[in-house]
Amino acid sequence: MNLTVDNVGWRIRGRPLLQDVSFEVQSGETLGLIGPNGSGKTTLLRLLAGLEKTKQGTVYLGNRDISRLPRREVARTVAFVEQQASTEERINVYQAVSLGRTPFLSPLRPWALEDEQIVACALHDVGMSQLANRAWHTLSGGERQRAHIARALAQQPEILLLDEPTNHLDIRHQLSLLQLVDHLPVTVIVALHDLNQAMMCDRIGVMEEGRLVDIGTPRTVLTAARLRQTFGVHVDILPAPGEANPVMRFRQAL
Amino acid sequence: MMAVKPQQASPLRSRWFWLSPLLLLGSLVAGAAIGETTIPIDTVLKVVANRFVDAHYPIDPIDAGIVWNYRLSRSVVAGCCGAGLALAGVVLQALLRNPLADPYLMGISAGASTGAVLVAIAGWGGGVLSLSSGAMAGAAAAFGLVTLLAGAAGRGVGRSGSAAGAGGIILAGIAGSSLFNALTAFVIARSASAEQARGIMFWLMGNLSGVRWEDAYFAVPAVLVALLTCLWHRQALDAFTFGTDSAASMGIAVRPVRAVLIGTVALVTAVMVSMVGAIGFVGLVVPHAMRLLVGSRHWRLVPASAVAGAIFLIGADVVSRIIVKGQVLPIGVVTSLIGAPVFAVILIRGATSR
Repeated sequence: MNLTVDNVGWRIRGRPLLQDVSFEVQSGETLGLIGPNGSGKTTLLRLLAGLEKTKQGTVYLGNRDISRLPRREVARTVAFVEQQASTEERINVYQAVSLGRTPFLSPLRPWALEDEQIVACALHDVGMSQLANRAWHTLSGGERQRAHIARALAQQPEILLLDEPTNHLDIRHQLSLLQLVDHLPVTVIVALHDLNQAMMCDRIGVMEEGRLVDIGTPRTVLTAARLRQTFGVHVDILPAPGEANPVMRFRQAL
Repeated sequence: MMAVKPQQASPLRSRWFWLSPLLLLGSLVAGAAIGETTIPIDTVLKVVANRFVDAHYPIDPIDAGIVWNYRLSRSVVAGCCGAGLALAGVVLQALLRNPLADPYLMGISAGASTGAVLVAIAGWGGGVLSLSSGAMAGAAAAFGLVTLLAGAAGRGVGRSGSAAGAGGIILAGIAGSSLFNALTAFVIARSASAEQARGIMFWLMGNLSGVRWEDAYFAVPAVLVALLTCLWHRQALDAFTFGTDSAASMGIAVRPVRAVLIGTVALVTAVMVSMVGAIGFVGLVVPHAMRLLVGSRHWRLVPASAVAGAIFLIGADVVSRIIVKGQVLPIGVVTSLIGAPVFAVILIRGATSR
């Protein structure tokens, strides 16, 4: 399903957090969002997830205005993995992932065998089938993040929104998580901090002070001039032998 | 590694599903049998049989009066209060994601006290209003004020408004409780005699002595409505596990669901407090204890807490009647005296079994 963002803006107490953001994401595409802290990535993702109503412009799911769709219907199409979502409850991984079936359940449509299979499948997709019975509070940060993604996958979304999913993970978990995301058969919009990791996206959008200042393929977007202007760093972009994408070496802050 | 357990095995297979109604009935019968004069259980059953199916067992009319008019009605209301307060605790702890949330958080008991004191001591309503209706009005006023305050506090927060809304209710509840407790103290200090003050203190600690069947006609439907509302929203309650944003992103209409659930439990709490005063610890302890026993999924937790709260309060009422000869203790004293150590044991055992 296509996602269209049309001239979207959002402000809090008169201070604009997003202004005039427009872009379109094709079905199956992986779009990376990069930008310095406070540039509006999280706010944009929250608008796309329908968690906040746009105060200007419109977000379209397919050709329907997301703000006019019932929450339940949005949740059947769009899944959102927040930056930090923790719980004190004593639940296990299976129970946490099965929460993803919520948009399909109702008091009159209880848990069924079908849901069980979908949850098992989601656990398998993130490689956590073995950990299904582990208590949530015994999981490592990486395992929790994978479980959250499994929970999102259990929603069987067509569009998956991830807000800095590799934060606080060690390098091995970062890479395996990104591989996982890359292989998912859904449209993914992911906010990322690591610019080298952003290279693996199909396209990259650059956020700066609430505006989308550039969007395109990694090679066209991630230029030395762009990184100097948006991130305030001097960078060398070096060809990596045997790799499709170049690598970035950060030299110093401006 | 155990096999993956299905999340919702059929409740019919659980032995608690069958046992808990029996336990509840048993505690009702015990509540009717035990007291200053012990009445044999078969007499209790005969009284009930005479009432319900015209069995015409020959029973001493004094015994029959004690069982039916005094003890059984009292036990039924105690059970309803326990169930209602426990349900309120379950809902508030789930929605506000705060383990310390309890039914009195929203200023309800403080408001009820103020209302009761205004009627009983300051003489508002000119003798037409009963203590209960005064308490009910006070509870409603306090809840309204706290909700308004929480709403106003939540509006200024913006992005994390929904998350801060939960914290806002807790803070607003504390502010509201302080205000109404101060009003209560003010009224007592201004106009109560020492005797009146003692009486009102007794009522504030929880008092089931004046309870009759007319109260049960209110209490039973109130609890049933609350129970059904909670069960209907069980999946929504589960969805709040990772917070309001997470619930919203899984399709829960957070604001309406929260309004319905909090409104329902506030109403139930107000009904209970207006009848029997503020009974502490039930709404806090019972849900936590049940989480350890049956887990935190609400399709189990909701009924388990309701039944356990009912049994706990019926038992506490029996204890309050017999522990000091010739005197009835406020039930709130008993619930706290039992509840606090039990809670401590649960916490410690729960911590070590992790």
